[in-house]
Amino acid sequence: MAIFLNENSKIIVQGMTGSEGMKHTRRMLAGGSNIVGGVNPRKAGESVDVDGKSLPVFGTVSEAMSKTGANVSVIFVPPAFAKAAMFEAIDAQIALAVVITEGIPVHDSAEAWAHNVSKGLKTRMIGPNCPGIISPGKSNAGITPSDITGSGPIGLVSKSGTLTYQMMFELRDIGMSTAIGIGGDPIVGTTHIDALEAFQNDPETKAIVLIGEIGGDSEEKAAEYIKHNVTKPVVAYVAGFTAPEGKTMGHAGAIVSGSAGTAQAKKEAFEAVGVKVGKTPSETAALMREVIGSL
Amino acid sequence: MDLFEYQARDIFEKYNVPVLKGLIADTPEQAQKAAEQIGGTVVVKAQVKIGGRGKAGGVKVAHSPEEARQAAEKILGLDIKGHVVKRVMIAEGAKIAKEFYFSVLLDRSNRTFLALCSVEGGMDIEQLAEERPEALAKVPIDAVKGIDLAKALEIAKLGGFDDELAAKVAPVFVKLYEVFKKEDTTLVEVNPLVLTEDGEVIALDGKVTLDDNAEFRHEREQMERDELDPLEAKAKQMDLNYVKLDGEVGIIGNGAGLVMSTLDVVAYAGARHGGVKPANFLDIGGGASAEVMAAGLDVILNDPQVKSVFVNVFGGITACDAVANGIVGALDTLGSKASKPLVVRLDGNNVNEGRKILADANHPLVTVVETMDEAADKAAELASK
Repeated sequence: MAIFLNENSKIIVQGMTGSEGMKHTRRMLAGGSNIVGGVNPRKAGESVDVDGKSLPVFGTVSEAMSKTGANVSVIFVPPAFAKAAMFEAIDAQIALAVVITEGIPVHDSAEAWAHNVSKGLKTRMIGPNCPGIISPGKSNAGITPSDITGSGPIGLVSKSGTLTYQMMFELRDIGMSTAIGIGGDPIVGTTHIDALEAFQNDPETKAIVLIGEIGGDSEEKAAEYIKHNVTKPVVAYVAGFTAPEGKTMGHAGAIVSGSAGTAQAKKEAFEAVGVKVGKTPSETAALMREVIGSL
Repeated sequence: MDLFEYQARDIFEKYNVPVLKGLIADTPEQAQKAAEQIGGTVVVKAQVKIGGRGKAGGVKVAHSPEEARQAAEKILGLDIKGHVVKRVMIAEGAKIAKEFYFSVLLDRSNRTFLALCSVEGGMDIEQLAEERPEALAKVPIDAVKGIDLAKALEIAKLGGFDDELAAKVAPVFVKLYEVFKKEDTTLVEVNPLVLTEDGEVIALDGKVTLDDNAEFRHEREQMERDELDPLEAKAKQMDLNYVKLDGEVGIIGNGAGLVMSTLDVVAYAGARHGGVKPANFLDIGGGASAEVMAAGLDVILNDPQVKSVFVNVFGGITACDAVANGIVGALDTLGSKASKPLVVRLDGNNVNEGRKILADANHPLVTVVETMDEAADKAAELASK
């Protein structure tokens, strides 16, 4: 099963012909993803040879969808053009748009989200500023290394890319149904709650690891959601206990403002609803091991 | 980035938001001249990015240029909650009849914008929100549609303005939204927005926060910036994502989440080793080349507080052998400048090759430790010696 992405996913890459797009198209293909083409209006009609596979370049997302049956787009276009790319994916009503680009102005993300809402949320957006989503052994849409772990019963949702990789690595002998990096920006298309809901409904997922960090209230809302809606075991980790107030810690959204968005408050919110919170990534992995052992 | 009040005032003026005359001064003499230029009664206001300056003595009314000079003398150099006043704004005086509140901000929780508005302004808005939440209107704003005149009237009425007053403030709300949108801000706040005895609506104070991600489409080079810590300034020049903290263990890692996590793990380990703490946040991002590693190490080793360095990398996109080569290359580049012990933890992509490179290099300062927790402990131990 897995969530949002599986063996039937057909992927196009917006910004495939750029250096980042090309690099990661190659990696996704090598990892077994079914990439069916790219989008670049200036190179429409051409094709690109990637390690022996010829990938067509289309002028628009909707053209790429109608010619290839694509249902997933991975967006690598630079920040200045990302808003147009997101609008295009939403207008084409592609089922899943994964926005990898870091550094997109938050007004652009807010507009894209508002546009998506006004179009009836036909497109699931993941990101921006995220590593993407991987359902190991099935498909990989984004920049997560494909070979860290195989498929298994754990669902993982995280704001951070490298912590996603770290956690997949720590639990590599057990494996994951899907690992999704939702991104470190103030506005993202898929929240912790969206992933929790999907994992709860996914028969392959038996337990869930949730990784959060300082800033916003996504974790607090997730805790409230778990209390009422999630029956599968959840283990959480929160990064940023030592972050000073008012300083952005790498991710645009990772900032403690006054007393809002602290790691301590998030940890307490989880613990208040019975979710165990690991002190370090490895302790979190150990907690998940216990959970899996007891299932 | 938060702006100073005078910068907010200047931006407001650019968008035809009604503001009073305001001139900046860095010395009492300049303050006197500014007061002469403006004429009449003026207000001398400390330019600091922290609330509560009025109570701290950072705002004074002056009835003559001489009084303005004296006021500036008192305010310049004042320490307001850790912010030392380096500049004052001399603002034209106003006869205030009524005070209101208006702001528009990024609402992360609801993935949209939010307008806050109240006919009762002037006081601490958080206090108002707590004590009389019904007096503060919270109106979601569609990020595409924004605030037009109709929406502005709706906001004003929800904020408790009567029809006559609403008609006066609504056009100002529209202009303030224009500032919010066109300047790529995450906050525009006016507290107070005032009605003068002459019936004019004026933004008397302004708070603006800019979105750093949008710098590429604005010309902000000339803008006065916060004075950075010297190490932060150096890191910025080298395009490194660095935040200086108060501690002894220098940290380098890849990925914001992993680096934040590393700081926490080092702090826990430090509690077992005489209370040492992480010295900084430094994310070298995906491409951990020798060049970036050398730049990062250079910044950290220049921090006199640092006693040991913890390099924590998970090889995802970047392979560990490339990172190991980066570390060896960086130590070569730095030569005798590299003088503090380095604890390195590598995991992930090509980890064995990476560890072998470090083992072969056999650098006297480098200790390779297998896990993040053990490495943090080792780095803390070394820093406590």
